[in-house]
Amino acid sequence: MAVSLDLLMNAVISGLLLGGFYAAVSVGVAISFGLLDVVNIAHPAFILLGSYVAFIGNTVFGIDPILAAAIMLPAFYLLGMALYQVYYVAFERRDDQSLRGLSFFFGVLFITEVTLVLIFGVDYRTVQAPYIGPSLNLGLFDLPLRLLVPFLVSMVMVVGLQLFLSRTFVGRAVQAVAQDQQALRLMAANPTKIKRIAFGLSIATASLAGACLIIIQPVEPSIGREYIGRIFAICVLGGLGSFPGMVIAAMTLGIAESLTATFFGPSWAPAVSFGILLVTLAVRPSGILGR
Amino acid sequence: MASLADKTAVSGAAPGLRGVPFTLALIAVAVVIFAFGRWLDSSYAFFIGYVVVQYIVLGTAWNILGGYTGYVNFGITAFFAIGAYSTVALHKLVPTLPLPVMIVVSGVLAGLVGLGTGYLTLRLRGVFFSIATLALAVVVQTLITNWDFVGGARGAYVLRPKVAPLIGGEYVQYLFLLMLGMGVIVLATARAIERSSLGYGFAAIRDDEGAAEASGVPTLKLKLIATTLSGGFMGMAGAPLPFYVTYLDPASGFSLNYAVNAIAMPLIGGTGSWLGPVVGAVLVGGLQEYLRVTISSAVNVLVAGVLMVAFVIAAPQGIVGLFQRKR
Repeated sequence: MAVSLDLLMNAVISGLLLGGFYAAVSVGVAISFGLLDVVNIAHPAFILLGSYVAFIGNTVFGIDPILAAAIMLPAFYLLGMALYQVYYVAFERRDDQSLRGLSFFFGVLFITEVTLVLIFGVDYRTVQAPYIGPSLNLGLFDLPLRLLVPFLVSMVMVVGLQLFLSRTFVGRAVQAVAQDQQALRLMAANPTKIKRIAFGLSIATASLAGACLIIIQPVEPSIGREYIGRIFAICVLGGLGSFPGMVIAAMTLGIAESLTATFFGPSWAPAVSFGILLVTLAVRPSGILGR
Repeated sequence: MASLADKTAVSGAAPGLRGVPFTLALIAVAVVIFAFGRWLDSSYAFFIGYVVVQYIVLGTAWNILGGYTGYVNFGITAFFAIGAYSTVALHKLVPTLPLPVMIVVSGVLAGLVGLGTGYLTLRLRGVFFSIATLALAVVVQTLITNWDFVGGARGAYVLRPKVAPLIGGEYVQYLFLLMLGMGVIVLATARAIERSSLGYGFAAIRDDEGAAEASGVPTLKLKLIATTLSGGFMGMAGAPLPFYVTYLDPASGFSLNYAVNAIAMPLIGGTGSWLGPVVGAVLVGGLQEYLRVTISSAVNVLVAGVLMVAFVIAAPQGIVGLFQRKR
């Protein structure tokens, strides 16, 4: 059974690396849904937008996809602030978040996807970088750099955001919004302004996550939908608003999907997240590290 | 509206005699439309008519849950494709099975899936139900893609018979007639729900679920009725699809267009009453067909999404709501 053990080992390792990337994909929703209570189901569309921005930066200007994403962070931040402003004026202020607010984000998801199809077509797109292809051989198992680099970028981003939220004034204000908006208003702070900043940050994460996505796999506009189930499964399983819980959940899902792909075939992997989501909702809706 | 709160007992969708004139009127309209199509004698008209009526059925089915109770179902393609693939599987097993029987089986299957999903997620906040339905669409697609019997990822071919049974003429006329029949059933049901205690219960859930629960409305039971009905009707709408397209693969059966159209049309028309989805489907469906012919098929799919976003921002009550306010 030596081959099988080897296979298992590699599946777990690549699952862990994949899980780190899933954390980067989910961290935006952990902020918008977990802390701000804005159910941004269009988040995967922005991640794909990030992928295509990295693709343009890489093929047209010849720069590293992650560098391209980092350059575009401010643009994504502004896009997020603008989107939140529309959402606030049209839905939150009218207290009409559920039916029409959700439909709004669904529409944004669809419009972004179709626009990407119109511009780039439905062909799979890839980027070029020195770390795509080779892997570190550590004797027992291989560490593909194609997975390792996104993993490291993701971990830096998630830890950075966690530090920002817990150590800085604005970050603590964001957490205060999550706890009690009314109290914040009584302290003469403007919750809308803070939520706008936080939502801008959540969309900004999509830029880096998108660059990681196009490094890990070829991208076409409709694969964003596969990530909806993953993202929300991770956020719900981790406990809404808890970053450590989210990372644990992301790793769990990464390993579960990797094992499924190895032993049952890759076409079954998308079903794993739904199973986890449904079981969590039915058994423990507050997640493993719920607030 | 205080007296309405007393009518919380669930009496099912039994409208009594009140719904009969409305149903007869619907049937009359359907007969006139079909006779007009026969007089035109153009298969293009039947192909277009089928799509528009299909969206009336899908939109109304979505509205029974979304518009009446306020719970947003994004997994329309899951239910729709369950219907379509039930037909593929049944047709392969028993090629002689008449289409109406397949429609009923599809409806029952999709309704059961709706009941199951609702049972697991409807105790939580509404947004979790919406997320679960989004994921449901992906998982049903995964199952179908891996199910070789119905073609798997390669897709399945279904031979469309040349001649329609019973009525003669092209087969698409028969498909259109069946879809019209479903339209009548779905609209009559939707209006009956609106006018019955069931509808008042749904409205109570939509307006304030906590208050409804506290005043004795059996919210979970009502929500499950709505999810089952809604899912079942979506499955029925999908059942004739394999015969309409003759080639069905997961990518086209689970196309996001179906979901966006089925949500956009009620929201554009107005979610408050049965008329909204009809107005939305006729206007948006017609506009899409016009754009598909005049500009391109890529632009026509954008229209529904853009219109939906514009309407939820600027006119939350839809076209029917705009009209009512003016009066």
